[in-house]
Amino acid sequence: MMPSWMLRALRASSGLRGRLIGTFVAVMVLGAAAAAWAGVQQSTASLISSHTDSAAADLISRVTQVSPSVRYPPRQDSLDQLRNAVGVNALVGFDGNTSSSGFFASGWESVPSDLRAAITAQERSDDARVSTQRVEADGTSWLVIGTPVMITSPEGERAPSGIEVYAAYDLTDVGQQVDALVRGAAVTTALVLPLAVLLAILASRSVLRPIARLRATAQSLAAGDLTARSESAGVDELAQLTRTVNEMAESLQSSMESLAQMEEGSRRFAADVSHELRTPLSTLTAAVEVLHDVLARADHADLSDDDARESAELAFHETQRLVALVEDIMEVARFDAGTTQVRRETVDIAEVARECVSVRGWSDDVRITRGPARSANGRSVTVRADRARLDVILANLIGNALTHGRAPVHVEMSTRDGGVSVAVIDSGPGIPPDDLAHVFTRFYKADTTRTRAHGSGLGLAIARENALAHGGTLTAENRDGGGAVFTLWLPLGEPDASETPEEDHR
Amino acid sequence: MVVALLVEDDEFVRRGMQLALKRHGHDVETAEDGEAALTRFGEGDVDVVILDVMLPGIDGFEVCRRIRERAQTPIIMLTARGDDFDIITGLEAGADDYVTKPVQPTVLDARIRAVLRRSVSDVDGVRVHGGLQIDTVSLAVTVDGHAVSLTPTELRLLLTLSRVPGRVFSREQLLEEVWEQGYLGDSRLVDNGVMRLRSKIERDPAQPEYVETVRGFGYRFRRA
Repeated sequence: MMPSWMLRALRASSGLRGRLIGTFVAVMVLGAAAAAWAGVQQSTASLISSHTDSAAADLISRVTQVSPSVRYPPRQDSLDQLRNAVGVNALVGFDGNTSSSGFFASGWESVPSDLRAAITAQERSDDARVSTQRVEADGTSWLVIGTPVMITSPEGERAPSGIEVYAAYDLTDVGQQVDALVRGAAVTTALVLPLAVLLAILASRSVLRPIARLRATAQSLAAGDLTARSESAGVDELAQLTRTVNEMAESLQSSMESLAQMEEGSRRFAADVSHELRTPLSTLTAAVEVLHDVLARADHADLSDDDARESAELAFHETQRLVALVEDIMEVARFDAGTTQVRRETVDIAEVARECVSVRGWSDDVRITRGPARSANGRSVTVRADRARLDVILANLIGNALTHGRAPVHVEMSTRDGGVSVAVIDSGPGIPPDDLAHVFTRFYKADTTRTRAHGSGLGLAIARENALAHGGTLTAENRDGGGAVFTLWLPLGEPDASETPEEDHR
Repeated sequence: MVVALLVEDDEFVRRGMQLALKRHGHDVETAEDGEAALTRFGEGDVDVVILDVMLPGIDGFEVCRRIRERAQTPIIMLTARGDDFDIITGLEAGADDYVTKPVQPTVLDARIRAVLRRSVSDVDGVRVHGGLQIDTVSLAVTVDGHAVSLTPTELRLLLTLSRVPGRVFSREQLLEEVWEQGYLGDSRLVDNGVMRLRSKIERDPAQPEYVETVRGFGYRFRRA
């Protein structure tokens, strides 16, 4: 199991790739460490056992060499003789007497009691062998070996002599060897780490590549490219996921297509209807004009019927309104279809406003203030705009102000945010708050109790579409103290260096 | 009396327009398709052609091109769609002006009178500019000694520009003076007219030596 801090770190690390690499590395390192640890344990065990065997053999051969010359029961000098033969760290004891040196300086007390008990037990069982025990003393590891001394009677029978021999061997060398083994294992584990990282990266790449492809596909889909698909290979979970994503994209594409077809269909319908209306309207316009003309000029008594004249008058004006309505619907249909063309040229916005007002005979009711709309060098501000569309916007705003607001209407120009702003302000009561949000909605009638004197109900919507087509904005609000304010903002546009007539008529 | 040839496939539109234009004092002859129009035009005595774009068989653009191949008679295109494609294609085919359906007969009458007036000029003699010679009496134009055939619109554009060499005319001024349309007219009429005029009088229309473009303002006739 991984420690909890490691899990937390992995979760915190960067996403799937990080977690994948982390897990892979952890598993590899843990595996290597476990293998090394097992190897070290085994080596240590066999090292110690071979050391123990050779020490025991050594002790027995030394004891065997000396023991025949020991008299029985032994005196102190025999014990000393035996102890000298065994080595530096040795104890030879018989009943209460001992001869000891080095490790066993404090006599019987220095012999581990378990070992002593084992040796005593062996003496009684007359199956005498060596017994060993590892002891830690003064920070050093010792191997203590004990054996009972057997004597062989003249009849050839072996019996315990009651003499016990103990020898201690310093295990420091063996410990160093074990330490070296542990270090070797640690180094091996450390060397595995970069290899593990490398393998983890390679492995994660092969897993993550299809995921990256899926992500790219999903991004393309989100960005609107509904034809985006991922390549699915194999039969694993990722391939299944890829197929699922592809199926999803497929159904998304087909439903979007049918939606677009429906939308396109309704747009086309509006465009087709208004287009089809044009042919009968052409006839109607011409015929009604003749009728109107005849009746208006009629001097004959039989043609001077007032009712007929009024009827002709009504038919004439309503036909003109119908024509204007059809024109507006066609214009909206072009905006919807995205076929609108903006032919930009350098225009003086104040001049367009002046012309717009004077052509329509509004000069008495409209005040154009162009004071602030001057650039630093004192020249009037020009924008790159489609003159005819600019005229449409201004005519709609000013016409709307005169019809629904009250004269005088002020047209104020100023430079703002790297563009030109034109505010059309009327002197009426302002727009009811409930209607303010809807003034640009197609066919929205602000005042349902009042019939529209003229206008298709599309004028402000068209004005706004025109402003947007120029990269500008058109907003409506009420001024403190009354009066509606429609503000058109247009970017200055590129300087006219690129303007050539050859480009303009395309 | 002006003879106008109205080419329109819809019977009722044709009859309505004919009635209205007659009341404006024009002699209106009609054709219901391109073939009939070209046949009638070939018989002569047509002063102005009013040409619908959408025609069965040969379409309005093609009729316009075929008429231009042999005559400089003024042509007004009648477009149903008001699409930019229609307008540009019509002007490139050689039309002098266009109106969008449904058109008020009063407006169409004004356009007819405008294109016809272009044939008549304020005359004051022969103007010579390098290889270009304009006789304002006989209205003959020659380039390097070769006679050039200009439509009334092109001629009027050339006469207007060359009246004061060096003076810059804005598109709006030219629309007003040549096409008799106000500031709301379509400036593409001017650009296309200049293009066609250049193709007839300039040695290299891409490097004009007579009619110059003044970027951001309009056009001028180069001072000798």
